Amino acid sequence: MDAFLPRTLAEALELRAAHPDAVPVAGGTDLMVAVNFGRARPPALLDLSRVEELRGWSRENGRIHLRAGTTFARIALELRAFRPLVEASRSVGSPQIRNRATIGGNVCTASPAGDGIPVLAAYDADIVLASGARERRVPWHEFFVGPKRTIIEPDELIVGLEWREIAGPGSFAKVGTRNAMVIAIAGICLQLDPESRSVRLALGSVAPTVVRATEAERFAASAISWDDPARPLAAADVAEFGRLAAAGASPIDDVRGSAAYRRHAVEVLAQRALHWTLDDRRVAA
Amino acid sequence: MVRTIVNGVEHELDVWPGASLLGMLRDDLELAGSKNACEQGECGSCSVWLDGDLVCSCLVPAIQADGAAVRTVESLADGGTLHTVQDAFLRAGAVQCGFCIPGLVVATADLLEREADPSDETIREALAGNLCRCTGYQKILEAVHLAAEELS
Repeated sequence: MDAFLPRTLAEALELRAAHPDAVPVAGGTDLMVAVNFGRARPPALLDLSRVEELRGWSRENGRIHLRAGTTFARIALELRAFRPLVEASRSVGSPQIRNRATIGGNVCTASPAGDGIPVLAAYDADIVLASGARERRVPWHEFFVGPKRTIIEPDELIVGLEWREIAGPGSFAKVGTRNAMVIAIAGICLQLDPESRSVRLALGSVAPTVVRATEAERFAASAISWDDPARPLAAADVAEFGRLAAAGASPIDDVRGSAAYRRHAVEVLAQRALHWTLDDRRVAA
Repeated sequence: MVRTIVNGVEHELDVWPGASLLGMLRDDLELAGSKNACEQGECGSCSVWLDGDLVCSCLVPAIQADGAAVRTVESLADGGTLHTVQDAFLRAGAVQCGFCIPGLVVATADLLEREADPSDETIREALAGNLCRCTGYQKILEAVHLAAEELS
């Protein structure tokens, strides 16, 4: 096994093109489990942990650019304005894992249970991919094509995530057997966008990829009183929102939970998240 | 070749690129304090500091320690004198079989370096990545409070 230790993005992209078999590694928290258990024997590792250009985030013209190598610990500490993202980041693994695991690694692994992905889906984020020759932005829903499958090319690296900043409240929630070190049985991210009067609801761990529950979104957008934050939503509307959210899931039975439980969890989490975000909106007003 | 500083001592080691930092510490440097238990980041028994950050050394490729400074549980005691956190664990009865203790001691010392008087909730979140199958955690919580008092 070889190891390449680039210090700049240009070097990393050059190595990526020259050695397409080399597996990129950032935090290592997914890859090393496979290596430790003999399930992965990559011919080479392309270590991205010392590429400074892949760390940090910036805000420009109303768009957020989060670099791929930013750890969940740093996101939770620095991106306080993005509450669902912080909530999701704090729910990843444990402090030890969050100190290493990166948002780009989460996206690259492309697990339907990846905690960061429902948030990026609710933000309608683009995945920024770079190769030596070009940079391209791919909408999140075109990037993930199946469980742990993406459209990334062998000469590309994920360099960042980009989204238009949204002013409204949002919430992330997931269920598992305990608060830490848990792979979500079901997870959701709800984001209100008062500017376009729309609602985004992304579901994790309940379909081959993270999905948006578009019917639930449309229903909530029409049921919410956008002009009067103080006006509560009727109980029947909240119930219908939960029902439509669950209908947007296509889960399977597996070791972590049954399909029926996952649908139920989505229904409950979606209703709770709607309560929380509408409460936040009322308080903010 | 991995050039790294472990507990203040420089090393240059020829490691297999797929090796973990934990493997390098235990097998090449014979620092057996960090325990090899789950090898998947679940249990925290291998917790060390990498450039000041608490990490599971089983999930860090050894090559990532090149140019970095590593601190292990062996750095805590001063010769025969235990670190305050280690002493508090003993006095609170927070140690039974002891296998998880190096990781818990490192994670506790990490917490107390950042937060002098943590609440139960803060302790529970900070130690959520460290599993103990003996104590039921109550005495560990007491040990952390005791260490916090001693250090303040």
